[in-house]
Amino acid sequence: MTREIKLLQGNQAIAAGAIYAGARFYAGYPITPSSEIAEECARLLPRLGGVFMQMEDEIASMGAIVGASLAGAKAFTATSGPGFSLMQENLGMAIMGEVPCVVVNVQRSGPSTGLATKPAQADIMQIRWGRHGDQCLISLTPSTVAECFAFTVLAFNLAERYRVPVILAPDEVVAHMRESVALPLPGEIPVIDRKKPSGPPADYLPFAPDEDGIAPLPAFGSPYVFHVSSSMHGPDGYSNNNPANAARKVAQLHTKLERHKKDIVQTALFDCEDADILLIATGIVARSCREAARRLRKQGHKTGVLQIITLWPFPEEEIIRLGGRAKKILVAEMNYSGQLAGEVRKLLGCGREVIRVNKFNGEIITPAEIIGAL
Amino acid sequence: MSHATGSSYLKGGILPHMWCSGCGIGIVLAALLRAFEELGYEKNNTVLVTGIGCTGKSDDYLVTNALHVTHGRALTFATGIKAFNPALNVVVLMGDGDSVTIGGNHFIHSARRNIDLTAIVVNNFNYGMTGGQVSGTTPFDHFTTTTSWGNPERGFDICELAMAAGANYVARATTYHGFEMQANFREALQKKGFSVVEAFSPCPTHYGKHNDMKAAVQMLRWLKEKALPLDSYNQLAPHERQGFFPIGKLREGNAPDFNSCYEEMRRRALDNDHE
Repeated sequence: MTREIKLLQGNQAIAAGAIYAGARFYAGYPITPSSEIAEECARLLPRLGGVFMQMEDEIASMGAIVGASLAGAKAFTATSGPGFSLMQENLGMAIMGEVPCVVVNVQRSGPSTGLATKPAQADIMQIRWGRHGDQCLISLTPSTVAECFAFTVLAFNLAERYRVPVILAPDEVVAHMRESVALPLPGEIPVIDRKKPSGPPADYLPFAPDEDGIAPLPAFGSPYVFHVSSSMHGPDGYSNNNPANAARKVAQLHTKLERHKKDIVQTALFDCEDADILLIATGIVARSCREAARRLRKQGHKTGVLQIITLWPFPEEEIIRLGGRAKKILVAEMNYSGQLAGEVRKLLGCGREVIRVNKFNGEIITPAEIIGAL
Repeated sequence: MSHATGSSYLKGGILPHMWCSGCGIGIVLAALLRAFEELGYEKNNTVLVTGIGCTGKSDDYLVTNALHVTHGRALTFATGIKAFNPALNVVVLMGDGDSVTIGGNHFIHSARRNIDLTAIVVNNFNYGMTGGQVSGTTPFDHFTTTTSWGNPERGFDICELAMAAGANYVARATTYHGFEMQANFREALQKKGFSVVEAFSPCPTHYGKHNDMKAAVQMLRWLKEKALPLDSYNQLAPHERQGFFPIGKLREGNAPDFNSCYEEMRRRALDNDHE
């Protein structure tokens, strides 16, 4: 069997990747520039025995995928800026209830309803901190159509492995551009399913982590009867307001990811090892950086690109390692406030100069603009 | 023959419950659990979904599967469960805030979609959990802690709303009429499609206190005297209906439910070989 080469749009690749990963439930609400994902799922999922639902809003979409996930589905939704804002409430529920699911947030230009059809990378902090309370999740950003496919599979794998929502956050350019993709064959990329309980049903506790920090999760309807709650709960899922329990639970939500950072966090490095100039970016801007680096190398400047794949947890180790030895560091991103640059400065120290290239007019950053800033 | 008690669905050692004396939620929950028992519901095939508020605390007393979620969103989670696994009995227990105030949009769309959920709405006409504020069902001119001078807005009629939005089964009960309520629950649980049973329920602590029904017994008397079977209610002239409300089954339809329609659509998708 050989890989099929297909000309795909980023959003189509995301839908295809989700199906490859085993997603069989999609609930969403149409919004530019993510709607093609819904349209693909509406067409494909019924034929695979899956369910596509167009809900009344993004709040309902997020609720429905959490419900479906607890009924045993690999479930996801896709949205953009305003819809992603509406999803925050039930995303918090998914974090607290430790429910695996994937949310695609195609980043468009804001604030508010903003420039609906234009790209941005301005939701970086919203993805991390958009919900109230002390919580965390995983987020990935693709920069090519092939990565849209591969990182969607990865997003489901991480969600299932760690019982956590994963946000796939392509910018509008990546989601809407078309590229040839060699589609992975079945089995080529490992597909991870959530860990199921195996002991006597009477002993099962839905929030009692195993050695690896993750509790197994059955489906509603199995012999394992269980409670899941958005309110503070004990290992059995029932309300528990005991301070020691609350401290344990909040810490558990963080430590279950912290202790597996090596498995979760990914970057792509291009010519970084000898780099005097380090360009840091994500999404489509990482590709502008690569072209800029290519031109700079031609001119004799040792330039490397650190492409951030895992937006959250932030790739601290690589940035400290490579940023510490580069002479110049540049962070390019499609926002005004320097959301990535701020994180980089946090890691390298505020005394360290970080050159910022920011564009927030709905247009992408060009290689020339990056070179010009150095 | 012994009567159903519903006790096999109750978590041991957790009583007495947290609700105020005179509150009706315990009566509603008991009637629901008896209906479960009468229908032979299995714990592992049943999922109770709750939101936030006094009624939303109900899941803590049960040993069925349960999902306790954000305020007003219980129906959306329940929709995901039922759409993915139609074999489960999915019951959504909400207050008037959850169901038709913050969650009003989900309520009407669940009815329109006719998804096979049983929505039980405990209507106590105010936000009890937060200290007795006005809700979407507080009647016009009534007093709450946020309508100190009388409610300037009208309250929703939950049953009318459910019927207009297309629910297959709609009934109203009160906690004074416990056995009738249990019968309505039984019918609603068995009915395919979206079913709604609204249960008028006393909240003497917050709602009654501000509206001349400070004692639980005054609230029960109100439910007893003002509830009329639908036939009797319909015989009243419109001007005579003021203050009265019909109870019992108000609507039963047989529109196909979401999952049946989806299955049919899925068959069409599979039969279509054009791709």
